[in-house]
Amino acid sequence: MTAGALWPFTATLLAFVIGGILAAGFGFNPISAYGALLSGAFGGAFAIATTLTNALPLMFTGVAVALSFRSGLFNIGAAGQYWLGAIAATWIGYRAAVPAWVHLPMALVGGMIAGAVWAALIPGIAKAYRGANEVITTLMMTYIAVYLGHYLIEGGPMQAPGFTPQSPQILPTAVLAGLVPGTQLSWGIALAVLLAVMVWLLLQRTAVGFSLRITGASPGAARYAGVSPRGTIVLALALSGAVAGIAGAVQVLGVDHRLYDSFSTSAGFTGIVVALLARNHPIGVLPAAVLFGALASGGNAMQISAGVPFHLVDILQGLIIFFIAGEGLLRYASWGRPNGQRPA
Amino acid sequence: MPAPRAGSDEERGRPVLIVRNLIKRFPGILALDSIDFDLRAGEVHAVLGENGAGKSTLMHILYGLIRPDAGEMMLWGRRYAPSSPRDAVLSGVGMVHQHFLLIPALTVAQNVVLGDEPRRGPLIDLRAAEDRIDRLRTAYGIEVDPTALVADLSVGMRQRVEVLKALYRDARLLILDEPTALLTPQETRHLFRAIQELTARGISVIFISHKLDEVRLVSQRVTVLRRGRAVGTERSTEITPGELARRMTGHEVTMSFRRQASSAGEPLLRIEDLSAQGTGPLTLDLCAGEILGVAGIEGNGQEALIGALAGLIPARGKVWLGGARIDHLTVRQRVEAGLGLVPSDRQEDGLVLPMTAAENLALRSYYRRPYARWGMLDLAQWSRETPGKLKAFDVRPPSGGVKAEALSGGNQQKLVLAREIGAEPRVLIASQPTRGLDVGATEFVHRRLIGLRDSGRGILLVSFDLDEVLALSDRIAVLSRGRIAGLMPRREADREALGLLMMGAPPRGPAS
Repeated sequence: MTAGALWPFTATLLAFVIGGILAAGFGFNPISAYGALLSGAFGGAFAIATTLTNALPLMFTGVAVALSFRSGLFNIGAAGQYWLGAIAATWIGYRAAVPAWVHLPMALVGGMIAGAVWAALIPGIAKAYRGANEVITTLMMTYIAVYLGHYLIEGGPMQAPGFTPQSPQILPTAVLAGLVPGTQLSWGIALAVLLAVMVWLLLQRTAVGFSLRITGASPGAARYAGVSPRGTIVLALALSGAVAGIAGAVQVLGVDHRLYDSFSTSAGFTGIVVALLARNHPIGVLPAAVLFGALASGGNAMQISAGVPFHLVDILQGLIIFFIAGEGLLRYASWGRPNGQRPA
Repeated sequence: MPAPRAGSDEERGRPVLIVRNLIKRFPGILALDSIDFDLRAGEVHAVLGENGAGKSTLMHILYGLIRPDAGEMMLWGRRYAPSSPRDAVLSGVGMVHQHFLLIPALTVAQNVVLGDEPRRGPLIDLRAAEDRIDRLRTAYGIEVDPTALVADLSVGMRQRVEVLKALYRDARLLILDEPTALLTPQETRHLFRAIQELTARGISVIFISHKLDEVRLVSQRVTVLRRGRAVGTERSTEITPGELARRMTGHEVTMSFRRQASSAGEPLLRIEDLSAQGTGPLTLDLCAGEILGVAGIEGNGQEALIGALAGLIPARGKVWLGGARIDHLTVRQRVEAGLGLVPSDRQEDGLVLPMTAAENLALRSYYRRPYARWGMLDLAQWSRETPGKLKAFDVRPPSGGVKAEALSGGNQQKLVLAREIGAEPRVLIASQPTRGLDVGATEFVHRRLIGLRDSGRGILLVSFDLDEVLALSDRIAVLSRGRIAGLMPRREADREALGLLMMGAPPRGPAS
């Protein structure tokens, strides 16, 4: 138990050690590289704000993926739900002329609903009633979401006047206020922490969350306990999609303020890794997301000030994923069979 | 039953396997505590013990699956220290596991040669394989069709395939792990005859079991293991079942508790023309204060019957619980109407292994008062009730925080019973309630089931273990090929007739 809970730290440490050896092998001083990485990520208010800004979408998508994993579902398509959330929030953001106290919540809720529908309507129902594998369907829905988004702003109904493939800017009433002046960090971070705690409470303290958890941990026992498998599937994907949708909305309302052609999809996929690193614990997602946010912001600084290519960060991410995934293998190698006894 | 015993062989049997001072430690326990054991040529040597006594560990060491920490083994006069099952097989040791390791989609011949195929160039010479299997079959009198698909074979036949697999690899020492656990009496007798044939040809057999009477029937000597120690080796005929049981458990065991004939009341559960997944139509009544045993060989419709009654699978037909129709209800509604479910697979269906005992106890009630209010779990209520429930069913350790996966098999099953019987259901459907449990835990489960019956509830007991059905039931139904092949009061039930019914013979046919 304790060994398992410590594993994410061990995995991260191992990744950094091996990354350092690799960097040294290519002729870079690992100490100065990591020093630059660290100061780029956490050296000063601006660096920290940038790190947190990078981490913010990952916090949401990480929680979204963790929620689905805990329910026994692999929502690989958080990226698509993230896009849908962004599209909905953008549209509400520039179209709805309502007072500020309605506008921002409305845009957030719109993004949330869009994400939920994107995950639950087709992947959820197809899985519940036809057994369609949600890994495939959520991923396919991601492509649809991304291309839909591109269509909307590249000659579609959401393109702003002019030739640039982008939407109109959202109205000031829909903007999620900045938290640190001069940076892109918004109050969305508070929302992320609040949401992580709420999802944790949902899973650990409510009857609905208990149903999700027993379904995730033992579908057979859940069936015998009378939990409806279909309802659980649709609900879990809807909740997961809702959180991913909020991620997209927060990114638009707090950082980008409009939908661009180059709006990122990576947050949805990195969210999977963040969730795994956090062992699918909603609150553990927060520090895990900060780690990945720090790698992104620190990596830039490292490239500029220490001359170490940003690819070292990609390697570190890959190694972390490898060691997280390799936990079972390593445990097997070091301890062998649990105790060689079977029920006779 | 004829006793397949070869008393004279015992005298002239040279030692085949000698085990001295074998020690094996696992984290936290001493699994084998300097075991001495020996096996003679042509002998059947039974190893008797409860779960966790060290039987499996000993056999796994003999078969090269794990290595001992200390001790010596001599096989046919040579030092024996297998580091893998491959080593064991090459040394002439074969093992038939309790759960067969066969591939259902392949034929008998293909399964037998798998991993050791005769080749012609790069291709498998299936003809040569079949010829060789044929020779083995005639030599040892093992009746099985080499071209049949394993999927189509009965449990007894599959076991013969496993034995063939070992013989094909030139096994001279055969380890049989609980070989009769899933067999009918007829199949068991057939197995004992086959063992006799094998030993007559000089093959030595280690026979692992926890059934006292069959050990006396099939073996010449018996070694009892208890908590990792060998508590004596005796001639099987010279020791009483009571003495064996005492050595196994370390205390007196009431071998068979008196079953008071229950006074069955009005029907509690009525099943009319119930059919699902090719099983049925089934019509049965279960009365208050009655245990209705459903005997049958695995795969004859038990899963469908349980699934249909519990509401897990779509089914046609009518089911009443205490006068009210329940066949259209969901699983949860049926549970609320008073159905208790003890699934046959406690690890897959009965428990959520990575969750705590307290959480597992709450599985059927977590969503309603007093365990939840307004959708929020009342964990304080859970922790108030959990210790009492665990103690009432002797779950060790009686701590709500321990995870179900950390409990032993017996304690896991007690945890399931604490939840299902603890909820005082009107009707309990118990499937294989003692599968894989040791004598002590089995006795406990049986006593609890009887207790529930005596309090006026009805129990539908589905079990592949005929002894269990006979020991507990007030009436017995035999399920064969998805139909009720026979239904009789316990006092009229006869194990031979039941065995024939289980294998699909017409009722009251010309008996053997």
